[in-house]
Amino acid sequence: MTFAPNTSAIRRADHVAIAQFINKGELVLDVGCGDGQLMQLLQAERGARTRGLEVEHTGVNRCVAKGLAVVQGNADADLPVYPDDAYDVAILSKTIQELARPKFVLDELSRIARRVIVSFRNYGHWRVRTALLTTGRIPNLGHDAGWWSDGARRPCTARDMAELAAEAGLTVAAATAVGGKPVTGKSLGRLNWTADELVFVLERKKA
Amino acid sequence: MNAPARTLSGADGLKRLSVATPDQPLRLDSGRVLENVEIAYETWGTLNADKSNVVVVCHALTGDQFAATPNPVTGRPAWWDRIVGPGMPVDTNRFFVVCSNVLGGCMGSTGPASKKPDGSYWGTDFPIITIADMARAQIALLERLGITDIFLAIGGSIGGMQVLEWTIQARDRVFAAVPIAVAPRQSAQNIGFYETGRQAIMADPNWRNGAYLAENTRPEKGLAVARMAAHITYLSETALKRKFDRKLQDRQAKTFGFDADFQIESYLRHQGQTFVDRFDANSYLYITRAMDYFDLASEHGGVLANAFRGLNTRFCVFSFSSDWHYSPEENRDLVRALNAAGCETSYVNIETDKGHDAFFVEEPEFEAGLRGFVDAAANARGVPKARA
Repeated sequence: MTFAPNTSAIRRADHVAIAQFINKGELVLDVGCGDGQLMQLLQAERGARTRGLEVEHTGVNRCVAKGLAVVQGNADADLPVYPDDAYDVAILSKTIQELARPKFVLDELSRIARRVIVSFRNYGHWRVRTALLTTGRIPNLGHDAGWWSDGARRPCTARDMAELAAEAGLTVAAATAVGGKPVTGKSLGRLNWTADELVFVLERKKA
Repeated sequence: MNAPARTLSGADGLKRLSVATPDQPLRLDSGRVLENVEIAYETWGTLNADKSNVVVVCHALTGDQFAATPNPVTGRPAWWDRIVGPGMPVDTNRFFVVCSNVLGGCMGSTGPASKKPDGSYWGTDFPIITIADMARAQIALLERLGITDIFLAIGGSIGGMQVLEWTIQARDRVFAAVPIAVAPRQSAQNIGFYETGRQAIMADPNWRNGAYLAENTRPEKGLAVARMAAHITYLSETALKRKFDRKLQDRQAKTFGFDADFQIESYLRHQGQTFVDRFDANSYLYITRAMDYFDLASEHGGVLANAFRGLNTRFCVFSFSSDWHYSPEENRDLVRALNAAGCETSYVNIETDKGHDAFFVEEPEFEAGLRGFVDAAANARGVPKARA
């Protein structure tokens, strides 16, 4: 098996939504970086310096073959060795709902990076709420085989994510629906009704 | 096992440079000094005007400087022409590649099979050397070649240990480093295996307390057993089963004797026999001892990350899933330390059943990953691309 360099510049909407919060020259850690599409976008369009962490070896191989700096490892276990403030930004792109230890990972990332950006599926969307009300079943947004399947996503809402952030000593500095306009953390109520996919920019609470 | 008596270090036609003289001796970790050291080496490709395209290839325990072209002394093919050569991941159309025989080796570099200034063989009078000493001698060789900064240091196994020493000793003069199938310290298990091999050599009556060259004997049986035992650790149980399982060698039934009934026996005997034709037994003692003493953390206050703190070198570590000689977990210890030290680090664990020796054989994912890393690093350093 050989890997051709990824020449088709696919700009995933959630990646574009994340990229707007990255500034030129920032050092970014992409946790669960897959085959490196987001890192390529951040390098090319935001001038960021990137590092990746990925558990699946196929993704790691593709990244390294593209010349991206990526470590094969497990976010649930490997983060404690990273020094404090090693990164400007840490990103969990559609990853946090698949982690075994989301609170632990967020705690670690808030120590390692000054900002943490998370993107996730919002189970607070009005269609999800209506579906639960009318069908009596948890709606499946993530194509999981079923709520009981191995590695099934953790359903959470915008408010749930803000609660976790607060637990980790973080505040929602900015938020946006994927494909939408950024708002401040104070407008979460409306986003929680209307966005099916969200990006949060989390910052440490001022002491 | 009737190899012709041959003083390998006296073999002609090998390129050598003096890297230590009585005025400028090589100071060893043991506290002893070597006043006369020659290092044998090979090069491929062309050094560019700003000397930005230098690659140092570090060989493994039983390797030599002939990474990309056949060895004219042994007649053996190049050991790494899958990786080093025109159009290969380490492209000799783009890079100037240097590979040297380690200090203590037996393919032209000064070692126990070399002669002292008084004309007698070093034998076991040769000082105990370390991996750091090997790197020290290699760095001195590069300096003799007029090179202080290198683009890339790359090597597998004990070659990977030398790569790590390069990044520490030639601090910030190594742009990129690729340690492959390595460990930051020699495990008790490996010390045990190599001690078994050393004892086999020293138990051979022809070893003569290390003075076999002067007495014109060779501890071939002991060296062959050492090689057989070590070779098992370079393979994996899965690969042994796939290649040999319990198949019989050129026979239909067991012989109820101690002949090589099984293919695996025949294979290991062949590995042992061909090894004694090309390798010096005392070199094997010295190089394996250097591996035993390798423990980077202990030399840096007990904290492995301290060895790499503040380095600007970019690293790419490869391990192989079925390697039990230097396991993925040991490679991950290194990667964790590199991350903790803040170094730019990539790490890939290649899924394979080929064990420790996987880096010598066809592994497309390894080669693709290595090519990507080397190309990206070379572009970042501004090394001109190969002429088409």
